[in-house]
Amino acid sequence: MSSILKADNIVKQYAAHRALDDVSIEVPKGCIYGLLGPNGAGKTSLIRIINQITHPDEGQVFFDGVPLSPNHVGQIGYLPEERGLYKKMEVGEQAMYLAQLKGMSKREAKEKLSMWFKRFDISPWWNKKVEELSKGMAQKVQFIVTVLHEPKLLILDEPFSGFDPINTNIVKNEIFRLKEEGTSIILSTHNMGSVEEICDHIALINNSKKILDGTVKQVKEDFKEGIYNIEFKGNMISFTNALGAACELLSSGELDGRISAKVKLAPNISTNDILKAIVGEVEVFGLQEVIPSMNDIFIKQVGANSIKKEANDE
Amino acid sequence: MNKINLIIQREYLTRVKKKSFLIMSIVGPLLFAGIMVVPIWLASEDDDSQNVEVIDETGMFVNKLENNEEVRFNYEFRSLKEAQEELNSKDRKYTAILHIPSVVVTHPKTVQLFYKDKPQGSSVSHMKREIAKNIEDKKLQDLYNLSYDQVSGLRPSIGIVVNKLTESGEVEEKSDDIAMGLGLASAFVIYMFIFIFGVQVMRGVIEEKTNRIIEVLISSVKPFELMMGKIVGIALVALTQIALWVVLSAGIYAGVMAVFGDEMAANQKATIEQLESVNPEATNELAESSAGGDVVAKLSAKMSTINFPVVLGCFIFYFIGGYLLYGSLFASVGAAVDNETDTQQFMAPITIPLILGIVMAQVVMQNPDGTLAFWASIIPFTSPIVMMVRVPFGVETWEVILSMVLLAATFVGTTFMAGKIYRIGILMYGKKPSFKEIGKWIITKT
Repeated sequence: MSSILKADNIVKQYAAHRALDDVSIEVPKGCIYGLLGPNGAGKTSLIRIINQITHPDEGQVFFDGVPLSPNHVGQIGYLPEERGLYKKMEVGEQAMYLAQLKGMSKREAKEKLSMWFKRFDISPWWNKKVEELSKGMAQKVQFIVTVLHEPKLLILDEPFSGFDPINTNIVKNEIFRLKEEGTSIILSTHNMGSVEEICDHIALINNSKKILDGTVKQVKEDFKEGIYNIEFKGNMISFTNALGAACELLSSGELDGRISAKVKLAPNISTNDILKAIVGEVEVFGLQEVIPSMNDIFIKQVGANSIKKEANDE
Repeated sequence: MNKINLIIQREYLTRVKKKSFLIMSIVGPLLFAGIMVVPIWLASEDDDSQNVEVIDETGMFVNKLENNEEVRFNYEFRSLKEAQEELNSKDRKYTAILHIPSVVVTHPKTVQLFYKDKPQGSSVSHMKREIAKNIEDKKLQDLYNLSYDQVSGLRPSIGIVVNKLTESGEVEEKSDDIAMGLGLASAFVIYMFIFIFGVQVMRGVIEEKTNRIIEVLISSVKPFELMMGKIVGIALVALTQIALWVVLSAGIYAGVMAVFGDEMAANQKATIEQLESVNPEATNELAESSAGGDVVAKLSAKMSTINFPVVLGCFIFYFIGGYLLYGSLFASVGAAVDNETDTQQFMAPITIPLILGIVMAQVVMQNPDGTLAFWASIIPFTSPIVMMVRVPFGVETWEVILSMVLLAATFVGTTFMAGKIYRIGILMYGKKPSFKEIGKWIITKT
């Protein structure tokens, strides 16, 4: 699978602050790529470079195999985190204007817009002024304008902020539909829940450096710690004894007469070994590997990184 | 290029479609017409001339003081007290009492004027002149034993025709009053439009920043295109407004002429007076011309001495040049701040040269070939205003060309600099930058 976007060793310096320090990412075609990181990590700097709003001091960006150039503007759709519309302008007129700025012809823009307005069920808004719309309504218009010119690469910065759950779902479904149609999407967000649900790949940026990347599955696999959740009925003490010294009991709790315990297995012990050990003592209902959530990984990685940085600074 | 056209179109259409634009387009010419018509109408309809009762204790001024448009002398032979009583009563015949005491020849400062409606300064000077003239005549009569007619024959009526010697050696009759009016009017229009529409550019930029649409826009177009599109779009709005004003003013003028044409012709004299009061130096000359006969012919003869195509050409150049110079500066101010209240600090360096320009214009008008006039019309920050004052008087070609080249070079420079400030400023939110930081923006790369 070739990549739609490849950024090599990007460095961006703002006065005394290094916003991006040797960051490389590669976004495969047709996938949803999560760009994660705490506030001020450098995500927006990277996105602005991809959008050619600013230019890197060092490094190079390739779009679909060729060096990024102003011609690519029409093939990228960008929904910035800080977004808005002209308040005094009518919705339709404004959408037409923004579409034409992306290089669409008047007729094409008109056709596509009426299709999207129907799909989002907002056709009656065409002649309304933006200031008459609610925030969520304006966000819908903004989303349409971003995807209207059918970009090959879509960059969404916190796309769900300002939407209620129903509209969030609508937009989520649109994102999936666009992916089906072959659009590659970069999603920058703090919402780890949506990362888990939507993204195929992620890159984690912290303190201007990329500290982690890979497919979501791979990353989670890498961060597994051999922790299992065991559900059983029986005596807690005999369960603990059965585990023996090799396994660490992290926590346990009881619900409706069933105990569920989190156990960290020693590296040389398999799940079968543990089952054998406890099956005579208690009645086992289930054994399940605990896979770390993206949220856990994020906090762990960013936290560890910050501590390391502070240590280095001192 | 296509994109910059789109931006120009949007900037233009959204502004022209606004109600305020329509209102300004209609109210503007009415205001202009009002400024021109109302004083004339007032001067002709409303008689604010003084009907002065002269209480002459010497007897030497009776029927000797000359009336003019403002002052009519009437001679009554009664005491000052009686006259004052009548002036205080409701059925008074006169508007003022001029009391000339018997000692006036030896004590010339004892003349008194009592009034109900304050007389204009020019009316009082006229009375002063007339009394002085008569005392002078009287003294000459006594000294040389001459008759009244002999003495008044001594005083010639002088008129000075002001000529400029052109390089070809021809003598060109200059009409300073019209040149002044034209120069000052065009300078003022340029000043006003740079200000009004420059601020519109700034507001437009701030609007895009506060709306947070700016990042959406600059992912599609270059910041420089966005800035230039806005400046040019608003320039077109300004030109449209001027064109509308000219057309509507002409329409109103034509309409008024059609309805009140005859009355206006009769009031032509009042128009001349209007010109006089604006420009006292020209009084004698014009008074003579009005006495001499066909005023309109004389006026148009004066107009023909001004090179109108050159004035118009210069007006358009300095209008556009000045606007581009200041427009880009206003745009960079808009980019540097988040909201309008923060603009004050950055506005000062822009507005001071502009205001200086219009202040100097008044001085330059009096002395259009002086040193101040020269430098102020060469330095690009004041030249659009000051040079326009000088052009109708006729300026050396090399000066105009030098001034234009400098203006063009400077606006290319400021536009370039403003583009740099703009490009970084539009993405900066929060803390208001200092001048030092803005200086850094100019030299950093993106």
